[in-house]
Parts: sequence; structure tokens; C-alpha cells
Amino acid sequence: MINKLVIENLKHRWVRTLLAALVVGVQVMSILTLIGLSRGLLEESAQRARGSGADIFLKPSTQGSFSFSSGQLNEAFVPFIQKQPHVKEAVGVLSTPVELVTTLNGVDFPAFEKLSGGFHFVAGGPPSGPDDLIVDSAYARQNKLHVGQTVKLLNHNWRLSGVVEGGVLGRLIVPLTTLQRLTGNASPPRISEILVKLDNPALTDQEVAYFNKLLQGNLQAISVADFVAQFSVNNVPALRAFIGVITVIAVVVGFLVVFLSMYTAVVERTREIGILKALGAKPLTILDILVREAVLLAVLGCLLGIAFSFAVRGLVTQFMPASLAVVNTPDWWPIAAAIALGGALLGAAYPGLKAARQDAIEALAYE
Amino acid sequence: MSDSIIITRGLTKTFHVGEVDVHALRGVNLEVRRGEFLSVIGPSGSGKSTLFHILGGLAPPTSGEAIIDGVNIRALTENQRTELRQRKIGFVFQKYNLLPTLTAGDNIALAQALAHVNSRPADFDQILELLGVKRRLHHKPSALSGGEQQRVAIARALVNQPAILLADEPTGNLDTQNSNAVLDILRDLNKRTGQTILMITHNPEAAAFADRTVTMRDGVIID
Repeated sequence: MINKLVIENLKHRWVRTLLAALVVGVQVMSILTLIGLSRGLLEESAQRARGSGADIFLKPSTQGSFSFSSGQLNEAFVPFIQKQPHVKEAVGVLSTPVELVTTLNGVDFPAFEKLSGGFHFVAGGPPSGPDDLIVDSAYARQNKLHVGQTVKLLNHNWRLSGVVEGGVLGRLIVPLTTLQRLTGNASPPRISEILVKLDNPALTDQEVAYFNKLLQGNLQAISVADFVAQFSVNNVPALRAFIGVITVIAVVVGFLVVFLSMYTAVVERTREIGILKALGAKPLTILDILVREAVLLAVLGCLLGIAFSFAVRGLVTQFMPASLAVVNTPDWWPIAAAIALGGALLGAAYPGLKAARQDAIEALAYE
Repeated sequence: MSDSIIITRGLTKTFHVGEVDVHALRGVNLEVRRGEFLSVIGPSGSGKSTLFHILGGLAPPTSGEAIIDGVNIRALTENQRTELRQRKIGFVFQKYNLLPTLTAGDNIALAQALAHVNSRPADFDQILELLGVKRRLHHKPSALSGGEQQRVAIARALVNQPAILLADEPTGNLDTQNSNAVLDILRDLNKRTGQTILMITHNPEAAAFADRTVTMRDGVIID
């Protein structure tokens, strides 16, 4: 019967209930989307790293795995690496950010094709001139691009020569020399990293150790497998901190919304609380009723939030497949639910105690 | 079992309003027999409602004794007074005080749930018939007339078989026809089931439905 009273109370003020649940839902959605977005982008980056075909990455010693800094490495290292034992191909890549987290990647196209095994073209073909650009299909779809079209990036007009399947190196690929010139990395020619393919991938760990000894102080070698393994939310301190901030905001918002909703409910229902007390409801029973209402609001909010997170993922996939990548994060549903529930319980605490302490006679006289 | 179900001796209640003490009850001595229908009449400010609240266990007395069905209210904690309300008291208020979100039937069921009572009196169906609300139990209070709401409130007050039915101006919000109907029902219930009823009213015509009437003035019973 108490549960029925709780449900009927929420149904009676359905607009307020819906609004409170919606706000809790948005809070849950924010958490799930943030986690989904972080994972999606990291997974996509990992996929592109794997898709490059390299066994080892060589980066400047000072550069972290997730740095977008470009042109820190002299291109003269590439022929030096190429001469090392067991190196089948060594290709320099210059990456520079252009939109959100999308980078423009410059490579020597024939050398990269030899290393990666080549692109799979959906339309058009490889670059034939210095201003040619190839993009992946997600970027082409999002920006409605067609082969032969001019695309302006870095304040430069590129001719779209081909559209490739995604998952190899990056979304936007241009000739290395042009990108070096446009980004001030032409003299001396500089690159961001070197991709290395070995004649025997089984020797990767041994070669990583070899390069790290050989290039100590200049370059840092990391196997692609280790590099990809670093692509988790926990390995990005800034992202972890950001998720922490969003979680705290979510708890505060949940607390405020449920507090406001429950507080107005308690004031509005003062007389009803008096009736319940006259009928023999103990303070704990009154608190129990309000806590159940808050929990129900949080549960409704969680369900809405999970539904919203699917909707956001659908919208991103539909309209921004190249800029953002969101994955579903069912393992975070209980965490987001616990955060929403925590906020709701905190929000219900004061109004609940106020109601529980309400004097029955004063409450019955309330107009 | 004592023949008197309500006994008060030298009952006082003083409210502290700011720095002023308001003596609402100044030594009430009252005895109500089991099965009696008593009305308490008096003008506003005479202390009727305060007496109602103390006998109902809603407020503790300041001094004196108030014994309800053998239990001295003055010795009870707030929790124990709550339990007394669950087991021994049925309330009927002037403003009906039904929960608006629940149907009439659920209002009655809630009173049982709060008192942790699972079974209803054997003759409860007959009581519902007598009250004329049996076919209105699925309606919410907003769909019921004032008279119907008050009759549902009476059913709610009786469902846990209380020792005493306390009614505070039960006809105060009703027209004459509905008032008479409700008072007839209270008298009928008293006669049929032996239910002890204590009714607070300022209306002498309503008071006349009771077996006995006492009059209060300035916090004491004068007659």
C-alpha cells in the first residue's frame, strides 16, 4: 500500500515528476555519453594505429602517446631507421590537428602503401599531385564530399582524389611535403613519428629494446600492441579528471533537482503528512515514503538517461561519424545509476527529515 | 475491563506562544463509558480541539492524567502515542482529510497498512453499506461529494476497530441534509456496534444526537 501511495503521489504531480526524471536522465546521459565518447575516440585511434600496418612506432622521447604536437622529429631519422637490421619499411608521418580531434596526416604515399599494404578505395584513387587529399568514408559522408571536389583545410585548397575505407592511419591524408610546407616543418623537414614495419613481427619486442638503446635520448620506440594497450580512459589523466568533474556536477545537479522536487512536495503535502501521522505513521514511515519517491525518480531518470545515451549515439553516428565516435557503455550503467541514486538520496534527505519531524497538529491545520 | 474507556483527571495543557503561556486546558475531569456517544460542546477557544488532540494521542498533556482504554497517555513517548493512534483511535475530521492521490478504498486500506492490520472487521461490509460508500470505493476524493468523503473518512476511522472514534466537527463542512445523514450514521453505529464515540462540536443540534453532552468553557468542563 505504501508503494501504491508513492506511485500515486508521483503520478498526481506528473509534470513535476517527469521534469525531475528528465533532469536526472540528462545527468545520467551526460555521464554515459562522456564515457562512450572517450572510449569511442580512443578505440578509433587504436584501430587506426593497428590499421597502419606498422609493428613499431618511433616518437620523440619527450612526446606522450596522446600528444597532438607536430613536427618534433627530424625526417633524417627515417633513412637511418630504414638501414637498421630487420626493418622492412620505415615511413615518416606528420600529423597536425584540423578539427576537434581530427588530424591531417602527411605521408610519402608510395612508401606508406608499401608499409600498410595499401588503402581500399571506395571512390577515386591515390593522390597524383602535391595538393591531393584522400579522406575516409565517414569524413566524406559527414561533409558530403565527392571525388574531384575542392576541400579547404589549413587555409589551403586540396583536391579530393579519393575516398578510402576508414581505420588506416587517419581520416585525412595528404602528401607529406605539402603538409610540411604548410605547417612550417619543411626546412629542415620535420615529422611527428616514424612507423616501422619489421621483416619478422615476432621480433617486435627485441627490436623495441634495440631501438630504445640505439636512439636513447632522441626517440622512444613502442610496439603497436603496447601503444594500442595504452588507449584506455585510465591512461589519460586529463580525461580521468574531466570524468571526475562531470561526475561531481552530475551528483550536484541530481541532488538539487531531487531536493527541489521533494522539498516542494513536502511543503505542498504538509496536510497529507499530518493525515498520515494521525493515522499512525511513524517519522521513519514518512521518511521511507519520501525516500521511495526519490529512488523511483532516480530509477526513472536512469532509464531515461540510458535511452537518451542511445539516442545521442544514434545522432552522432548519423550526423558526425567523422568528428566523434560514441560507443555504448553498459558496464557504466550501474555506476551512472549509483551516481543518480546518490544525488537523489542526498536530495531527499533534508525534505524527508523535515517531513518526518513535522508536528501532526500543525500539519493538519496547514491550508 | 473498566467500564470507563476515557478518564481524565486534572488534565491541563499549556502552550508557550513567544513569551506568553496560553492555558488551553485548566484541569479537565471527564469520564466516558465504554460504548457511550458523548459530545463535547463549547465556543471557539474553549479547549475542545486541544482535548481532542490529547485524547487522540496527537499531543501530550502538560499535567494531569488522560487514560485511554487503560493506557495513561501522559506516560507515553511520541512513538508509543503513535502506536496508540494505530490501535485504539479512529479520527474523523471536519475537513475529511482523505489523501487526494488515493481512491476511497485505498484511503481505507492505507489506514490498515499504517497500523499493520491485515484483517477487516467481520461486519465491515455492512458498515460500508450503512455508510453508503460501498460503490464509491474506486473513486478518488475529488470525485466524491462532501458527504461521501466524510462517510469514507468514517469507514477509514473504523477499519482498525478502534476503541474510540474521535470526531472533530464532523459536520462542520456539510449542508444540513448531509450533516443529519452523517450524525444519523454515527448514532446508528454507536447503537449497532457499541462503538464509543467522542464528538467535538460547537453546534447544539449536532450535539443532540449524542447520548450525553458536556460543555467546555475556558479550558474546563462546566456542565
